[in-house]
Amino acid sequence: MKISKDEVEKIAHLARLEIDDSQKEKMAEQLSNILQYIDKLKDVDVEGVKLSSGAAFMNNVLRPDVQKVSPGPDVTLANAPQRDEDFYVVPRVVK
Amino acid sequence: MEYHELTIEGAKKHLLEKKLSSVDLTSALLDRIEKFDDGIGAFITVDKQMALEEAENADKDIANNKFSTLTGVPIALKDLLCTKGIKTTCASKILDNFVPQYNGTVVQKLKESGAIIIGKTNLDEFAMGSSTENSAYKNTTNPWNKAYVPGGSSGGSAAAVSAQFCCAALGTDTGGSIRQPASHCGVVGLKPTYGRVSRFGLVSYASSLDQIGPITKDVKDAAVLLNVISGNDKMDSTSAKVDVPDFTKAMDQFEKGSLKGLTAGIPKEYLSVEGIDPEVEKVFNEAKLIFKDLGVQLKEISLPHTDYVVAAYYIIAPCEASSNLARFDGVKYGFRDTSSDDLIDMYKKTKSKGFGPEVQRRIIIGTYALSAGYYDAYYGRASQVRTLIMEDFSNAFKSCDFVLSPVAPAPAFKIGEKVDDPLTMYLTDIFTLSANMAGIPGISIPAGYASNGLPIGIQMMSNRFDEMSLLRAGYGFEKTIQLNKKFPNL
Repeated sequence: MKISKDEVEKIAHLARLEIDDSQKEKMAEQLSNILQYIDKLKDVDVEGVKLSSGAAFMNNVLRPDVQKVSPGPDVTLANAPQRDEDFYVVPRVVK
Repeated sequence: MEYHELTIEGAKKHLLEKKLSSVDLTSALLDRIEKFDDGIGAFITVDKQMALEEAENADKDIANNKFSTLTGVPIALKDLLCTKGIKTTCASKILDNFVPQYNGTVVQKLKESGAIIIGKTNLDEFAMGSSTENSAYKNTTNPWNKAYVPGGSSGGSAAAVSAQFCCAALGTDTGGSIRQPASHCGVVGLKPTYGRVSRFGLVSYASSLDQIGPITKDVKDAAVLLNVISGNDKMDSTSAKVDVPDFTKAMDQFEKGSLKGLTAGIPKEYLSVEGIDPEVEKVFNEAKLIFKDLGVQLKEISLPHTDYVVAAYYIIAPCEASSNLARFDGVKYGFRDTSSDDLIDMYKKTKSKGFGPEVQRRIIIGTYALSAGYYDAYYGRASQVRTLIMEDFSNAFKSCDFVLSPVAPAPAFKIGEKVDDPLTMYLTDIFTLSANMAGIPGISIPAGYASNGLPIGIQMMSNRFDEMSLLRAGYGFEKTIQLNKKFPNL
């Protein structure tokens, strides 16, 4: 699979990344190489094979729903890049 | 005996017999870090004061005859494990100022066992890499030869143990990140079975593959640390509800019956992997003879999907990473770029300035593979191939107790040699990725040296929750080859 510069841009937007113009060409080439290698998966006969999402035991883990004291805003917001009292501050969303 | 030479077991003995205080031991190691870590770069953060306070408390406990498994023993932690009150960066600029408000479960368990946290070690950013060159802070060098990489991603932890800056360390392993640096640095590294150890408080890279494990000076210490960190945890619903045996019993098993009755499987596909270094092959062949002498039956086995492991892994891991790393958006924690007052722009600038190139590359691969129209062809197919890889191992373990293989196709490479060629770097993970894909445990044990003096390890992988076989066989091998006493001159 060959990835173009434009596709890099499109995927970067989906991932909320901003790739520097000077890096796009290199990124497209590296991605193309990697995906070209990954194309070998097409050689595997997977007809009827089930999907595995991991090696964990796939049973539900339940717990009783009990009320607990929350750590409080000072703990929860301790690492906030920007806060106003007990709120996270973000750029205006509704214009 | 110099203090820094002590293993966990050695340090415990000295501490309990009151021949040595934890403050003296911790100070000696802190001095050693100060003297030599400029050239090694194993640590991102060392909190001297906190470590010494913990050591003082440990000494009080010892004076009051209050011993726990690790009382007073200094341990280093990969900087991907959340430590309450100690900066946890994941070697990323995006978490440059992140101070966790809680301890990860393994950290809590270490503390409850009396361990001293001596520092947080360097890694490839978010554990993405095989050389520790992807750290946003510094390169870590290989203590055996500073022109070479220590391996990765737990390169800081492996280098710290090899340089004897700590009695032992914890690393994390998503595709070989404990075993490969352990091999390159001449120490023991154990990746437990998926679910054996709680991942709560481990910053997620690829959640279905990540596992925390010990990096130690010898096999017995790996068993001791595994005893402490294992067990079901209500904070991690993928942690397994299975009994945790006393792993140090594996040493007794060896003493009683050597390795008689064990069968080692040698995958025929591994021997035809392209680009195996002849020196790695030589060490591997010598290891086979040692196991034979110890009573192990060697048997050729087949893992038919070996050729597809790297391709399937480098879809699954980036897909999970692209989802996991979406949380670093400049809102709740970490770095935020403030140059734009548009929300989407803020996300983009924060992530692009906060993440390094390899992390961005994997996020892009993952986003691409999961995007509309490509999901079935990439993630779907890779997950089916993963099933086939798991079946390969289940079949293999019907006729052998463990799979014996090299850890990496070549010894450590020079710093800078492969940075611009991600695919070549990925291909060096061929022998270690399978254990994560299948969820089985694997161990790396020092087995020899290349002609340039760099260490080479061997790997054993066993069936799920059978770490005992690995520790028993590993202990027998170590006792025979006796490389556990060899450390580099700094």
